[in-house]
Amino acid sequence: MDTQSALSLILSGDPALFAILRLSLVVTLSATLLGGLVGLPLGAIVALTRFPGRAGVVVTLNGLMGLPPVVVGLLVFLAFSRSGPLGSLGLLFTPQAMIIAQAVLITPIISALTRQVIEDLWAEYRDEFTAMDVRPWPRMQALLWDARFALVTILLAGFGRAAAEVGAVMIVGGNIDGFTRVMTTSIALETSKGNLPLAIGLGMVLIGIILAVNAIAWSLRLWSARHAG
Amino acid sequence: MKLTQLALAVVLALAPSVGAAQDKSIIVASTTSTQDSGLFGHILPVLKAKTGIDVKVVAQGTGQALDTGRRGDADVVFVHAKVLEEKFIADGFGVQRFDVMYNDFVLIGPTADPALVKGGKDILSALRAIHSTGSAFVSRGDKSGTHAAELALWKAASLDPAANKPTWYREIGQGMGAALNTSSVLGAYVLADRGTWISFRNKDTLGIVVEGDKALFNQYGVMLVNPAKHPSVKQAHGQAFIDWLTSVDGQNAIRGYKIDGQQLFFPNYAAGEMKKSG
Amino acid sequence: MRDKRDGAVANQTWQPARADIAEITAVDDNGLEPKIAGTPSVLVLNGIVVCAGATTLLDRVTLHIRAGAPTAVVGPNGSGKTTLLRLAMGLVTPTAGTLRVDPAKRAIVFQKPVMLRRTVADNVAFALRAARQSADREAVSTLLAVVGLVALADRPARQLSGGEQQRLGIARALARRPQLLLLDEATASLDPAQTNIIEDLIGAIARSGVKVVFATHDRGQARRLAGDIVFLVRGRVNAHAPVDTFFTTPPTEAAKRFLSSDLVL
Repeated sequence: MDTQSALSLILSGDPALFAILRLSLVVTLSATLLGGLVGLPLGAIVALTRFPGRAGVVVTLNGLMGLPPVVVGLLVFLAFSRSGPLGSLGLLFTPQAMIIAQAVLITPIISALTRQVIEDLWAEYRDEFTAMDVRPWPRMQALLWDARFALVTILLAGFGRAAAEVGAVMIVGGNIDGFTRVMTTSIALETSKGNLPLAIGLGMVLIGIILAVNAIAWSLRLWSARHAG
Repeated sequence: MKLTQLALAVVLALAPSVGAAQDKSIIVASTTSTQDSGLFGHILPVLKAKTGIDVKVVAQGTGQALDTGRRGDADVVFVHAKVLEEKFIADGFGVQRFDVMYNDFVLIGPTADPALVKGGKDILSALRAIHSTGSAFVSRGDKSGTHAAELALWKAASLDPAANKPTWYREIGQGMGAALNTSSVLGAYVLADRGTWISFRNKDTLGIVVEGDKALFNQYGVMLVNPAKHPSVKQAHGQAFIDWLTSVDGQNAIRGYKIDGQQLFFPNYAAGEMKKSG
Repeated sequence: MRDKRDGAVANQTWQPARADIAEITAVDDNGLEPKIAGTPSVLVLNGIVVCAGATTLLDRVTLHIRAGAPTAVVGPNGSGKTTLLRLAMGLVTPTAGTLRVDPAKRAIVFQKPVMLRRTVADNVAFALRAARQSADREAVSTLLAVVGLVALADRPARQLSGGEQQRLGIARALARRPQLLLLDEATASLDPAQTNIIEDLIGAIARSGVKVVFATHDRGQARRLAGDIVFLVRGRVNAHAPVDTFFTTPPTEAAKRFLSSDLVL
């Protein structure tokens, strides 16, 4: 397929392409949400509590930011395989498994960066909060809320990492046509079929989507800053 | 509280959906060569119209596909490595093996043809020529059916580059498409199945250099994963898929798949040929 | 008598809770204990020593701060004023000595109060909830009215001017219904107009029955607002005298030199 027909296929609103785009967004956005629900409080807790072995946890979280996606995919695959511990859930080769794999991939990034942000903010707020006698749970909530702009950027970092990866979703999803095929696995497939112009076209679309998500987050931040500083 | 509602929504989204479509679906572990050739895109809609079964194809190398079957993560295995398939049955992981279709392998090479093998009909002498001239050769190196066939051919020619690893022998550990892409760039020879070759879009300076040798015969077989080993296997639907594939209807569908007027796969299910599990 | 700035201070009655601290009439090292017999002590330090590494920040400080007019803590830079206030608030642990104060009834406003990244009203609501008080609209408005920030209730707190942020800090502190209010250099970085507003506020708060202890380098301010002066030099209480005494007949040599801007350390 030459570049011309590849572009026209993409721009024509081909329903198969649309379905793939939609699935990509659903999987990655869900993974980001899940990663945030776990990673943000986890990062805050590590930032704010003293416990034995804390330094080791911090180093581990930082290190896990570099988790190779294909390794995560393999681990999740082994866990959800019928021969694995969670096999009875029947989640392998489904979008749900892909969401979980990506969430596992990005939770360390979100926690590690959140920990740093909250630790820095706590240094600034410590005296005031101690003077106001703020309890642990409201303290965590207040810090997470006040750090919200930095945290949105962190979530976007997680989103970007998940949107870009192919190793994890390929292994746990199986790249099944019409069911678990997403943008990155499609690009890999088209490349292996020698459809390079189409693959590049899809790549451009994927980058465009990621940029769009970032743009939306940016305008959200501007609006929010204007309203509540 | 907002957070709880959000968490609940996420959990519900993650719960395996129980829809009518899910019940009539099976997972078939197959090879990248059948996927990359576009065969499934052609025959599966016919099956769906006939039986209403949704076939989800997970395309992996033959080795990985058999492993997927062994784990019980697929209902049916459809690959092209007869020896490995028979072992699969013998080990009790599959119920029965059926021939479905065949095509052949072809030796692909660059227009420059450094080993001077173009136009030949003897694959073994071509391989010997490549070996002695030290011409670049790309191997799948991924335990796929094609890889197994390649290794068998080297062995038949009394050569073993996979063990010696000379610099001209490039093991890439990837699928057929990637192997062809790499060969195109390196100007190397590569063994490919005809189906993937015909449908490959980036032929560039590559072309068929050797074909027609009987040794290049490539047989595809299908097996139901043994429900005795994995009760989660969808036996009824899986068997229905196999029955259709080996029926006149299925065999015709396979015969009907053409690219540029060329037929890619040749149905050859014969009722007389069956291997039962031990 | 100074004009009350428009909207700066409202005539709100502020009722702090009363503490049950028994009367103490001990005498400190210098024998300069102001004897306001019969008034309860709000803050008592006894032999307090605070060390940070090799530096002694507070050196055997004994003080009895009694209810009534504000107490000013004065002294050159580095004399320990901030450390004294932070100690009284429980943010600093003494190396030696004892502290007697009701922990639930004290509040502090730092020199540069940290604004939470939310509106003025939400800052106050946060302080109310932290103090286990009701944070409804009425409670928030009452506090904002006391410090004169009602008009800025929905403004992001970080957009406030220095004086306004200081007043917000005071409102947050008052949310704790303190009996003892500690102010660390409240007007140090403010212009005269903003300083006047804060001083009026301090006066009103003191009149409502809250004991104010404020650190300041502004001698005029100390004279205007305080009933007694605690004079620190290098972490020691050099003098503790009623305000008029301190300014007209300085009790120590160091105090004399300090007042004539002569004290170089």
